[in-house]
Amino acid sequence: MTTTTPVMAPVPMQDRATGRAGRRAASAKTKLSSPAASIIAIVIAVLWTVPTLGLLITSFRPELDIRQSGWWTFFTDPQVTLFNYNEVLYGGSTNFASLFVNSLVITLPAVVIPISLALLAAYAFAWIDFPGRNILFVAVFSLQVVPIQVTLIPLLTLYVDAGLAGSFWTIWLSHSIFALPLAIFLLHNFMKDIPASLVEAARMDGAGHVKIFFSVLLPLLTPAIAAFGVFQFLWVWNDLLVALTFAGGAPDVVPLTVRVAELAGTRGSDWYLLAPGAFIAMILPLVVFLALQRYFVRGLLAGSVKG
Amino acid sequence: MNVRARGFRSATLGGGLVAAMVLAGCGANDSGGSTGGSGGDTADAADLSIDCAPYEEFGDLEGETVSVYTSIVDPEDQPQIDSYVPFEECTGVDVQYEGSREFEAQLVVRIQSGNAPDIAFIPQPGLLQTLVGTGAVSPAPEQVEANVDEYWDESWKGYGSVDGTFYAAPLGANAKSFVWYSPSAFEDAGYEVPETWDDMIALSDEIAATGAKPWCAGIGSGEATGWPATDWLEDVVLRTAGPDVYDQWVNHEIPFNDPQIVEALNTVGDILRNPEYVNGGLGEVQSIASTEFGDAGLPILDGSCWMHRQASFYQANWPEGTEVGPDGDVFAFPLPPIGDAGAPPVLGGGEFTTAFNDDPATQAFQTYLSSPEWANIKAQVSGPGWVSANTGLDPENLVSPIDQLAAELFQDPEAVFRFDGSDLMPGEIGTGELWTQLTEWIANDKPSQAVLTDVENAWPTS
Repeated sequence: MTTTTPVMAPVPMQDRATGRAGRRAASAKTKLSSPAASIIAIVIAVLWTVPTLGLLITSFRPELDIRQSGWWTFFTDPQVTLFNYNEVLYGGSTNFASLFVNSLVITLPAVVIPISLALLAAYAFAWIDFPGRNILFVAVFSLQVVPIQVTLIPLLTLYVDAGLAGSFWTIWLSHSIFALPLAIFLLHNFMKDIPASLVEAARMDGAGHVKIFFSVLLPLLTPAIAAFGVFQFLWVWNDLLVALTFAGGAPDVVPLTVRVAELAGTRGSDWYLLAPGAFIAMILPLVVFLALQRYFVRGLLAGSVKG
Repeated sequence: MNVRARGFRSATLGGGLVAAMVLAGCGANDSGGSTGGSGGDTADAADLSIDCAPYEEFGDLEGETVSVYTSIVDPEDQPQIDSYVPFEECTGVDVQYEGSREFEAQLVVRIQSGNAPDIAFIPQPGLLQTLVGTGAVSPAPEQVEANVDEYWDESWKGYGSVDGTFYAAPLGANAKSFVWYSPSAFEDAGYEVPETWDDMIALSDEIAATGAKPWCAGIGSGEATGWPATDWLEDVVLRTAGPDVYDQWVNHEIPFNDPQIVEALNTVGDILRNPEYVNGGLGEVQSIASTEFGDAGLPILDGSCWMHRQASFYQANWPEGTEVGPDGDVFAFPLPPIGDAGAPPVLGGGEFTTAFNDDPATQAFQTYLSSPEWANIKAQVSGPGWVSANTGLDPENLVSPIDQLAAELFQDPEAVFRFDGSDLMPGEIGTGELWTQLTEWIANDKPSQAVLTDVENAWPTS
């Protein structure tokens, strides 16, 4: 059989999707751009940003000012220092740069592993008909209700028995385990959204599962993958509990969050360092979120609301 | 950068110069005091050596590792790590240090999942007792016991023992019975440091008569709000009722609301709930409950408060550049005894070296930590804010005058030492009901009798 061109199919699909989305966007635009809605949006945005602004201002104020007065006094008595940032970055016995690297080393596999596995699983649940598919899917879906706290000690016991304790593997595996149910659910719904005729057309042209997955579905799934990627990235980057529990006994593998949690010192006397610490830890997720936010909103809606 | 930022920089520079001079041996016996916070003049651990003989009996330990898990984190952790260097050089053991502020919760998780460290420094004898109950703790080797018998007050050994078996040697310590004040302000106003409780009350009245508030206090501490008030109560019980009653009270051999305890709480109330006395620079009596303990003493610096009762470790809370010393910006005097004069009793806390296995390397390291050699090396590499109750410790090795004072109190054979009672009581009380009730006692003016009765009723029955 000669080669076929299944990649042609998505093009009209995408056009239709944009057309529909375009109409929706237009109607939403008229609704949301009324003056009242704008004022409400601005008020909410300001209220929402005030605490972050306060934190930012606090991070630049001298220690004694932070401890004796609120950040708003900055406007009447502006005192600025970079001492706090200097202390956070270079004052401790642990190197902040290596912690930054640790956080990256933890986060990237902890995002890639669950997405790769979930894509394959979601494809199987959506497009391969096998016995017990629905029951299995409900089982995976219902795993989301298990709180991760109850799994901490049993999971750590398994890692210790397997000799994995103290390596990055414990953290990678744990984050993957905790992320998979939601990832499979979201990506499955998104895949189901793609019209069956598209997949059938590809199949008629002789494409197998692998070809359909890579050539037909993957290009269409980019927003969903990006959305879940951002979601998982933020979750793993900001995580303290999992890292604290599973990296226990291995100071070489702890991420940034563990260090930030300890900035305040043994008896909390250095808590003025928390604000600059928080801002340093926030930089990378902020960049990632701003760069990918359009996927974030679109992808989440696409996955959860069918039709 | 503004003036203030430059002030910080020159202060650091000055501190560095002093350190350099002391290290060069020019400024020996410099007693001008040290600055608050980190820094200060410390020795380099690599230059200090110890006698290796005591560790040879544990065999060849070359290449072994010992993991240490503690609640001591940055910046206090570096001196700990430095102080292990001579031991590592002697034995070839690699000591891996890990500190966490979540120590108490994580230690239990790690023990339960089979990932226990070799050694943990446990700050509460109550937690030690719980862990011994799980069977995870190994008794201390005889070398450690010999060291503790020789160099520590008997009461310390008792706190490291459970049911007559000695498990954990004391490590660091802190003295809580201190009242912080400003020597320069006292001198300007012509006040004397009080030596008896009556003098202290007379001084408070004298200050109150000028319209100022003599005391400042704060018991806020997140979910642990209330603990500084328990220290007040324990300190006064130790003074009005004596150490024997104190032990009975802590062990619940007398009711929690015994009349002697009510009397002690009322004595505390004469200061903490007296609107004439508190809360200097911070507000009304109720503001004690909402002020963070770490910030409560700061009004002393600007003269709106005169006295603040808090432990020796409070020196880390003074802002960078504050001079701590008998002639400096701030210093502390021991909380005076009540009634017949004598050495003031000392309330304190500390960590205990607890081992979770009996490997030779672990035991050798335990022995090192219980030795006076370690205490002196630790003192030399530490900045302000560290002291041990080891009587082999030479106070001259300590950097900060307040640490020296604390060490002298610990080593004074006349002074009665008692461990912080709320760390010895069952967790529901010592780190729960007592905090809550004393916070209500301040915030809602709840009567002393009712407060203590409610704690008594909450005491676990078993």
